[in-house]
Amino acid sequence: MTLARDQVTHVAMLARLGLSDEEVERYRQQLDAILAHVDRLQQVDTSQVAETAQIGGLVNAWREDVRGECLPVEKALANAPKRRRDHFEVGAIQE
Amino acid sequence: MAHGDAALAAGGDGDAVMTVTSAVSTLDQVMQRWEPVIGLEVHGQLLTQSKMFCGCSADYIGSPPNSNTCPVCLGLPGVLPVMNRVAVEYTVRSALALNCEIPEHSKFDRKNYFYPDLPKGYQISQWDMPLSLNGHLTFTVDGEEVRCGITRVHLEEDTGTLQHAGDILQQARSSVVDLNRAGVPLMEIVGEPDLRTPAQAREYLVRLRQILVYIGVNDGNLEQGSFRCDANISLRKHGDTGLGVKVEVKNMNSFRAVHRALEYEIVRQGRLLDQGQTIAQETRGWVEAKGATISQRSKEYAHDYRYFPEPDLPPLHLSAAFVDRVRAGLPELPQQLAERLQREHGLSAYDAATITAEREDARAFEALVAAGVPAKAAANWLMGEVARLARETRIPLPGSGLGLDGLASLVKLVETGTINGSTAKELLEELYLAGGDPAAVVRERGLGQVSDQAELERLVDAVIAENPAAVADFRGGKEQALQRLVGGVMKATRGRADARVVTGLLRERLAP
Ligand SMILES: [Zn+2]
Repeated sequence: MTLARDQVTHVAMLARLGLSDEEVERYRQQLDAILAHVDRLQQVDTSQVAETAQIGGLVNAWREDVRGECLPVEKALANAPKRRRDHFEVGAIQE
Repeated sequence: MAHGDAALAAGGDGDAVMTVTSAVSTLDQVMQRWEPVIGLEVHGQLLTQSKMFCGCSADYIGSPPNSNTCPVCLGLPGVLPVMNRVAVEYTVRSALALNCEIPEHSKFDRKNYFYPDLPKGYQISQWDMPLSLNGHLTFTVDGEEVRCGITRVHLEEDTGTLQHAGDILQQARSSVVDLNRAGVPLMEIVGEPDLRTPAQAREYLVRLRQILVYIGVNDGNLEQGSFRCDANISLRKHGDTGLGVKVEVKNMNSFRAVHRALEYEIVRQGRLLDQGQTIAQETRGWVEAKGATISQRSKEYAHDYRYFPEPDLPPLHLSAAFVDRVRAGLPELPQQLAERLQREHGLSAYDAATITAEREDARAFEALVAAGVPAKAAANWLMGEVARLARETRIPLPGSGLGLDGLASLVKLVETGTINGSTAKELLEELYLAGGDPAAVVRERGLGQVSDQAELERLVDAVIAENPAAVADFRGGKEQALQRLVGGVMKATRGRADARVVTGLLRERLAP
């Protein structure tokens, strides 16, 4: 399987990564190698193994519906790249 | 001019502006040529105490900005979400009320996209193994039964809220984020594209909201967005079974907006198709002030979500016992209640539907009947005067000064003939907010109906004696003249006589 350059640029766009042409080619090769490895894994016979997304064995790990402590606003905003009063500030969003 | 034309005439803004001329199709004409195919996606916030994956409050309305957050719902690194059991239960309850199947196994997935109201860069949702599948909702529109399939009901988390440039500061060139809402349990109800008219879509939403409010999982507030709806709509030739290119419509925050937005889209798409143009598959937002949908190009990149299983949340395994327990706890649904009220209290289908439209009204009705008020009288008062006052004062009966007990006492005074209907209406108006014991007020002010036969006869005779002209008119065949005489007696009793009794007495006295 060979990954195309535009697949790499598409994934980069979704991940908000600005890649140079050089980087696109470098990551294309690296991702190609990873996918080749997955291709190998797919050759293993798993017909007798139940499909699962997790192997931890836990199910229904839920909590009761009880309120807990929230952070003070100052702490909540402590890592904000930008803030305006008690809000996080971001670039203008147009809907 | 049909409604859709009015909407379209005001539209435009970046889209090709369409002007209405007599040569352009109306909604009715479009619908003769094209069949709308409508599917609705509804999001409802669940009425839990805490958020979906942390202990912050699920009730965030009115909290100062960013005061209802913690490391989990802020999406800080290294935190672990733990699901809220009640949110799972409420979703299953809703799914059962919508006739869904509950698979034994389900799981959560990450839906990846970047938007500033989503702190983690992904939303925890459910993709290929939702909590429920294959339900349906049936209802009636214009006498026709409509059955709309429910593809699935699944559970996810709400996002934060954004305020845009200009909302806060006039000169702002940025947006601001409040994460109080981020992580509130959100249930998504995906409907099949089984709806064919805006009216059907509206009724589907009304019924769905009613059910969710009845079963206590959602407060049904469209304005505040605790109950929200997106619509997918396409057109096809009548008789076709395939689907056309669908447009997703967002930002409709009232039933009326849904109806208007769908009408607008039907006309817009129909005219394009009539001109041989193709419909762009896109997301459009309803703009109430313009009465139009506007293309939201900014949202189009986002449809590649790269779902994958949420590694931080072990899967759900809901046993038959769990599902049975939730089913057993399901309260009476509005349709069942309406049928029971018809059966037990002899209400008409219309009255039963009106009384059960809001759960509070149905409860008030049952309380009145339990307090000894005849069913028909209870229904009439609730649907008439009480509904009007509740609307005008914006305070429902249970929270009013008069309350249920006061109304029961007032209606019983009418039923026993102690006061007449118009006195009762005046008292209701006066006591609705102020409160008070109607029986005591009637005693204190002497508002009791004049029911002493001898007293009434004396007053009737006096009015006859004082109005020879009206008497002559009536005897001469002018039936309306009797009303003048009845009015005279009512005036003499300051409205406290039973008009029917007075009319009977007058006829008796004036009989040839
Ligand atoms: Zn939190």
